[in-house]
Amino acid sequence: MTHTVLVTGVSRHIGARVASVLAADPDIDRVIGVDTVPPPSLSRDGGVPLGRTEFVRVDLRSPDIAQVIAAADIDTVVHMSLVSAPPRSGGRMLMKEHNVIGTMQLLGACQRSATVRRVVVRSTTAVYGSSPHDPAVFTEDAEPGESPTHGYAKDASEVEGYVRGFARRRGDVTVSMLRFANFMGPGVDSPLTRYFTQPVLPTVFGFDPRLQFVHEDDAVEVLRRMAMEDHPGTFNVAGDGVLLLSQCARRAGLLSLPVPSPAFRLLGDLARGAGLVDFSPEQLRLMCHGRVVDTTRLAARLGWKPKFSTSAAFEDFVRARDLAGGLPAAMMELISQAVTR
Amino acid sequence: MAGEPAETDDAQVIPITRARSPHGSPPSEHEPPPSEPPPSERGAAPDEDGDHDHDRDRDRGLAELLAFLRRRITGEYEVDEFGFDPELTDKVLLELIRPLYRHWFRVETVGMHNVPGDSGALVVANHSGTLPLDGLMLQVALHDDHPERRAVRLLGADLVYQLPLLGHLSRKTGHTLACRDDADRLLRKGELVGVFPEGFKGVGKPFSERYKLQRFGRGGFVASAIRAGVPIVPCSIVGAEEIYPKVGDLRFLARALGLPYLPITPLFPWLGPLGLVPLPSKWMIGFGEPIRTDQFDPADADDPMLVFNLTDQVREVIQQQLNELRLQRGHAFPPFF
Repeated sequence: MTHTVLVTGVSRHIGARVASVLAADPDIDRVIGVDTVPPPSLSRDGGVPLGRTEFVRVDLRSPDIAQVIAAADIDTVVHMSLVSAPPRSGGRMLMKEHNVIGTMQLLGACQRSATVRRVVVRSTTAVYGSSPHDPAVFTEDAEPGESPTHGYAKDASEVEGYVRGFARRRGDVTVSMLRFANFMGPGVDSPLTRYFTQPVLPTVFGFDPRLQFVHEDDAVEVLRRMAMEDHPGTFNVAGDGVLLLSQCARRAGLLSLPVPSPAFRLLGDLARGAGLVDFSPEQLRLMCHGRVVDTTRLAARLGWKPKFSTSAAFEDFVRARDLAGGLPAAMMELISQAVTR
Repeated sequence: MAGEPAETDDAQVIPITRARSPHGSPPSEHEPPPSEPPPSERGAAPDEDGDHDHDRDRDRGLAELLAFLRRRITGEYEVDEFGFDPELTDKVLLELIRPLYRHWFRVETVGMHNVPGDSGALVVANHSGTLPLDGLMLQVALHDDHPERRAVRLLGADLVYQLPLLGHLSRKTGHTLACRDDADRLLRKGELVGVFPEGFKGVGKPFSERYKLQRFGRGGFVASAIRAGVPIVPCSIVGAEEIYPKVGDLRFLARALGLPYLPITPLFPWLGPLGLVPLPSKWMIGFGEPIRTDQFDPADADDPMLVFNLTDQVREVIQQQLNELRLQRGHAFPPFF
């Protein structure tokens, strides 16, 4: 069987890696990558070689995508074009349009297409929100106590709504929705990875959230499998185990600075204003209450588990970014030597 | 004055610490210490074996402490998906509340054999005391007095999880929000789960109603036990009623602060923070015969009649056990009254 795969969002790291993995697969005839901006150049910005991926520059918010799908007889669509933070120029409105209108256009095109057989959509565990009223561990069927009201999480839950609608209307198409925990790994650039590359970590006083990460390699592998095989349904994707934020800070050898939550919000706003890091209210909530998901459904369905646990993914990230300040460990060494001398 | 230099000499020369490798590995790996200085170097210190053992013990303790600190500082410890940090709980938090358990409340446990050693079970207890110290004491009891040193996973009110510090301390000590998903998940994993079905009605009841069990909610805990097929262990806690005798309630202030109640006790708020010191009543914690639920089908958890009947049964058993245990204890503040 011949495959022609469309990957959206190939100018971003994970999207590019998925496209390159699919392009390397001999069972796939063509890989078409689309994005609103051209992929970063390999030498300068650490881009990923896309192999034989054919790049088409399309603004997803326009109906042009329908022409791409119709012209290339695409049978599998991997929708990766969900941005988690407002782009440098544009802000929140542009991000929302990109995420929600872009998905609507894409799904509209898929619905018209006679060739599309499989749609894989990247979503996020942020759709569960984070609040003190929720169960400690979310399964795919969990109803969030408070549905997300803004930002990325709101976009993602709206996108999921449209995807469910599409799945209802086109029962013959296999729709897989993947709710990823926070990506972590050497090449990942997200609000959370930028947070961890600060010299001092501001944390919310009195809160120590549980965090879960998925390594980029595992994310790519899950997306590859979903694009090659039929696995309808919604799946949580996360590395095994959890890390507390305090544990992350200690493992990275970073100093944390607990600040009361109103000050934390103010600090986040200031940092966002200065363009240093982006800290949205939903991230503040994550920094208070954390979020953990259950991944047994994915493991049962694929017969495969992520290679990197949450802590291994974080370790890999710390090693790649050379974060390990090692100051606390060095201090510990000094103390133990002083005491035992 | 003449004795002083000798003492400082003594303090400087601690033989076994010299023997430790610079990597700080536990001294037990190389016993006897290979590079022990000859006695002549050791100043006026008497060369006695007892002294050695004492030093060695202290040394081992020190090495363990350093290893512990190293793990804590570098984050190399594990927490489970609920955020339970067993090391922190055992080595620090339980140590802190143990004096309260042993010396202040002098807690005695009976019927500990009724708590299973390695499988899931649901401990259902009465709730009292204005501040939920009974949860802490139950945790120490099941850890210290149970042969398997079980870690009880209590299901708490969502108020706890909204508060800074308290919510996360509660997660780190293994407890979680009282909700169906979490209860089912813990029981499926074979954990020992503890619940106080009376909730705020129980813990915040006036002193005049002491040892009278309040209503048991909707019996959600029974449904969880049926779904998991685990036994229900009825537990009665005697003594918590007297720690903060609640004789009044500042309702308006409580409502303004978003609290379920704000108690007036003989000491609080009159003595300010000192009023928060619990009265040293004598405590007993009793565990009754487990009530099995494995004869039911998991689907029976949706049968309200069955759930209500079983809830009533558990409630009666606990009330009866509570009355017996209270008689057995006698005075709340022995030997006076």
